[in-house]
Amino acid sequence: MTTYKNPIYPYRRPAELDVDITPHCPIIIVGAGPSGLAAAIDLALQGIKSIVLDDNNTVSVGSRAICFSKRTLEILDRLGTAQKMLDKGVTWQQGRVFFQDREVYSFNLLPEEGHRIPAFINLQQYYLEEYLVDRAMELSDYIDLRWQNKVSHVDSLPMQSLVYVDTEDGFYQLSCDYLLVADGANSKIRDMLGLECKGQVFQDRFLIADVVMKAEFPTERWFWFDPPFHPNQSVLLHKQPDNVWRIDFQLGWDADPEEEKKEENIRPRVQAMLGEDVEFELEWASVYTFRCRMMDSFIHHRVFFVGDAAHQVSPFGARGANGALQSVDNLAWKLARVLKGEASSSLLETYNTERLHGAKENLLNSTRATDFITPKSRISRLFRDTVLELAEQHPFARTLVNSGRLSQPCHYYVSPLNGADDIGFPDDLCPGSPAKDAPVKRDGKEAWLLNQLGNRFVLMIDGRADSARYQSLVAELSELLTLHIELDLVIIGPSPHFFSQLPRCTLLEDSDGLVSERYGLTGDGGYLLRPDQHVAARWKKFTASNANDALDRALGKHLTADANIKGDCHVTA
Amino acid sequence: MSRLELKPNFTQPDAFYAALTAAHRERSEPESERINARLILLLANHIGDQQVLEEALEIASQVVSAPNQSQ
Repeated sequence: MTTYKNPIYPYRRPAELDVDITPHCPIIIVGAGPSGLAAAIDLALQGIKSIVLDDNNTVSVGSRAICFSKRTLEILDRLGTAQKMLDKGVTWQQGRVFFQDREVYSFNLLPEEGHRIPAFINLQQYYLEEYLVDRAMELSDYIDLRWQNKVSHVDSLPMQSLVYVDTEDGFYQLSCDYLLVADGANSKIRDMLGLECKGQVFQDRFLIADVVMKAEFPTERWFWFDPPFHPNQSVLLHKQPDNVWRIDFQLGWDADPEEEKKEENIRPRVQAMLGEDVEFELEWASVYTFRCRMMDSFIHHRVFFVGDAAHQVSPFGARGANGALQSVDNLAWKLARVLKGEASSSLLETYNTERLHGAKENLLNSTRATDFITPKSRISRLFRDTVLELAEQHPFARTLVNSGRLSQPCHYYVSPLNGADDIGFPDDLCPGSPAKDAPVKRDGKEAWLLNQLGNRFVLMIDGRADSARYQSLVAELSELLTLHIELDLVIIGPSPHFFSQLPRCTLLEDSDGLVSERYGLTGDGGYLLRPDQHVAARWKKFTASNANDALDRALGKHLTADANIKGDCHVTA
Repeated sequence: MSRLELKPNFTQPDAFYAALTAAHRERSEPESERINARLILLLANHIGDQQVLEEALEIASQVVSAPNQSQ
């Protein structure tokens, strides 16, 4: 039974096979999974060409990552694939936790009103990849996507990388300024370069079974600890599109993966869970162990590791693909600025600082959830069961129940790129935080704030300023925009029309007052937002000179000296 | 700056001790373990402050090195 037919993408004979020179390109990306494809699209949107090499010719076989967070979808919206995901995906917000034969706790993600994107959707990874491939093909002027082109060897040099590629027609060689490695958790390139990914292997096995059924279960996340149908272990049930249900059975360390993968052994487990009379078909199954591990540095000379190749987590908390997309989001604009000569290569080192922080956060949460779900000793099992027992009656114990702390957007609180922050603003939008959405009106039509931000630097100011200041403000802004061609302007209004004479200026109406509310934005106030929609700086009283300083800082202009000291194991100018 | 209270703080020390042992009287060891686990979680939430809890855990964990000290 299959609800999805994997597309087959054609292999094309690379032109390099017929020339003697080694062609040079700015960026090569290895791996056409979620990270690699998203990176190519992000770079293309910022005017940078790339070659994407993949050893296969299709998208993910099996559903794999199924749970996509709001922030991930906001990133994908910037890349142009979120609408398809929202249309196809299953939106959920309710979760239930069961212990033995009873429900002990339920939670509702209760999304705030006035955001384009819901808290989570469930969607099989192959759909995400297919939509990304479609988008990459729309951008074929920038993205050279090569299927069945297998990287056999990489030379990582201080100033460039050499990539050796095998195809069915033979072998060729490329060189590039920057190599992005997105070849997954068992990254061969990481091994070839002798780099480690350190962490913890969990002594447990899990069975993923995707079953197709028409069931009456609501669209919710259900998690069982020690259920009667699978004693002493945990089980997770999640709905996907196409009437596919993901069931995740903890098996224990002693389980034989080959035996457990057999349909005749999976069926009784699923039947015991669903009840005797429920008809289902098995679509896909996999037995896995998992690791929580990351590299010490995601950068080696001019090689950048992204996604699972750089950081790998357990599935509890949906932090794998969601973490990966946030890493891509962080890296792409920096590479683009450096390649366009708008920033020095020291900016790239902040991919490490910001995303090591993000990866550590994901690893910590994922490890803690795993420890709760699979206790390592009799006493930790006792505490786990006691927490679950108390949770049924006492709200305090529910805070300890950990069936996965679901992926939250990462805030880069301590980043060398963060600029000024004035008092009196909301904490959750301090420099380093991702921007928040809000409904707005653009040219009288309903729109979303986040869709007005990203890919470029945006200065967002409140146009409801003191009218005595208008004239000088327009002059200041005009000068600033002339100086910084990478800067766009968003003016939150209703604001006087003479702002529209400014170049690269978008006038938005704060139709529901939610921009003011969420951003604490009042007349004279302003935010500088990075191309990845993270806040760079904010001021209660905006001046062009402040914006200028913050922009230089967000581009890492103060970092050059620091980065050079770090020596040759990281990227230097 | 919260700190773990190590000076006497019980309103009725003898009564507390009596109640603690009474809770475990005529209980099997597995039951006693469960009672202790429930008690720790209830009291930990009441304290709440992570720093105080970590100080208490630190002192409680010193039991591990006890056999060496007795040699």
